Amino acid sequence: MTGKIKTKRRLRLFKRKEKRLNRSMAGNTLLFVLMGICGVAMAVPLVMVINNCLKPLDELFQYPPKIFVRNPTLENFSDLFILMNDSWVPFSRYILNTIIITGGGIVGHVIIASLAAYPLAKHDFPGKKILFQMVVLSMMFSWVVTQTPQYMIISWLGINNTHLALILPACAFGMGLYLMKQFMEQLPDSLMESARLDGAGEFRIFWNIVMPNVKPAWLTLAIFQFQQMWGNTGSTFLRDEQLKPLQYSLQQISAGGAARAGAAAAVTFIIAAVPITFFLICQSNILETMTSSGMKE
Amino acid sequence: MADERNTSKTALEIAKKQGTLSYRVKKSRVSYLMLAPYFILFFFFTVLPVLMAVGFSFTYYNMLEMPQFVGWKNYIKLFLEDDIFMKSLKNTLILAVVTGPVSYFLCLLFAWIINEFRGKLRAFLTLIFYAPSICGNAYVVWNLILTGDRYGYLNGFLMELGVLDEAKLWMQTEKYVLPVLIVVQLWLSLGTGFLSFIAGLQTVDKTMYEAAALDGIKNRWQELWYVTLPAMKPQLMFGAVMQITQAFAIADVSLQLAGNPSINYAGATVVTHLMDYGTVRLEMGYASAIATILFLLMVGTNMLVQRLLRRVGE
Repeated sequence: MTGKIKTKRRLRLFKRKEKRLNRSMAGNTLLFVLMGICGVAMAVPLVMVINNCLKPLDELFQYPPKIFVRNPTLENFSDLFILMNDSWVPFSRYILNTIIITGGGIVGHVIIASLAAYPLAKHDFPGKKILFQMVVLSMMFSWVVTQTPQYMIISWLGINNTHLALILPACAFGMGLYLMKQFMEQLPDSLMESARLDGAGEFRIFWNIVMPNVKPAWLTLAIFQFQQMWGNTGSTFLRDEQLKPLQYSLQQISAGGAARAGAAAAVTFIIAAVPITFFLICQSNILETMTSSGMKE
Repeated sequence: MADERNTSKTALEIAKKQGTLSYRVKKSRVSYLMLAPYFILFFFFTVLPVLMAVGFSFTYYNMLEMPQFVGWKNYIKLFLEDDIFMKSLKNTLILAVVTGPVSYFLCLLFAWIINEFRGKLRAFLTLIFYAPSICGNAYVVWNLILTGDRYGYLNGFLMELGVLDEAKLWMQTEKYVLPVLIVVQLWLSLGTGFLSFIAGLQTVDKTMYEAAALDGIKNRWQELWYVTLPAMKPQLMFGAVMQITQAFAIADVSLQLAGNPSINYAGATVVTHLMDYGTVRLEMGYASAIATILFLLMVGTNMLVQRLLRRVGE
């Protein structure tokens, strides 16, 4: 009896778990081929980014150009490190600035937006609808619209040329609040109700009950916020060289023309690889928490 | 008897009192306290800037002197005298009308197909399609593809195939600029909306598919149309907002690939024009007028599309 079950289970490893409804073999093949073609087309530029950073200089300027590297080398990265050491502000300073700016923006945003999302999702109070509508409206236009007046406001607040000029506006990013509120709405009211009966205050409920249950959402907020902030060179607000982030100095290095083509390829790779890695790590986390949380009613 | 009437009277009074706005506001002060940090920042960095942009659009303001009220002059100048603005508006509209809907359907199509796969393969495919939109400014790699001499990948490839006899100057030829920008933008556009669709597809209740199969749904296409899409309407509306806003805000791609100014302003968009006046020429009044028009364009289109999507499936 047990042996039978075991073989069945082993078979399942190879076969589809269950036959899905309404799926034909022809359709599967068609989609697989279509997906293959589109996937390759999407991947080509990024494959080039990866290969270029491994190419020695003569391969970068080769005719006819080849996508794949033949003699991979890490020369470009060592060139980049030499250039980094030449900068008159120590390079670690740029890295520290990036950590302060993106870290501040992510932590601030996740906490502030979640804190505002909780009452919007679970409380009833006057003005709730209009506040949320304003946030939704703010997603309907791009930040470029507000860029110029924002610069004036930041000057008036006296935070120009500080990291706060980048962190504070990022904390009030509209989409984060929206996503968090939508996600919190799915939590069952009974969860908070029982805590309230135990005498917990709203802040306590938020921190001890709501936040642990919306981990997938705050990871998502963190990813999006990181993507937004990572590409920012901060050159609009930051004048002092000691305050500028990594992105700024990397782009300065790669703007050096043909002589720096190798280092530039390495820079492009780093700029692309960091957010993608970050997403990869968080993607598996999100899937994990999604499947194990099982909070849906 | 009298006692009872009294209690019901006080109960009525309490109920009345609880119905008033000030009572409800007072009772929700914890909620407001929680909202405060976010909405204070939101006011300073989103609401106020929009109001300022609209206000300054009726002035002449160069950041040095006090703003001077000039009425509709900025707008009249934009539409009647500024040929580059008209060109950039036209480019923006073309880019938005093409990349907006196309990217939206690509997001949906790819998310749907990805949802047919399982486990690691699905995660991998999600990454492949999503990665371009988060790769920062790594799209500069397209510069290598589009280089105008024979060292460019596209030229090299087409010459080897014998399609081209000599290298083409892709980004220096007016008629190629917009199509190339469209392709690159589409490549970049599987972003937040795409992720939202993937998540939305996963939340569709499995029993609905079983019920639909019993009701005579025969294949996956019917299933998509009659079951999946109606079930993920909220995500569809969210995705639309993302794709529309993105489609109107195209600028960086144009600046990096076509240069600024691009050849004959073939790659100029409303946003590049705005940057030109806002950050280079520092004509804040004029820049604000451009920003206001862009704001109206984005919000207007979004509202319209939301209204259309709401009607779907009704």
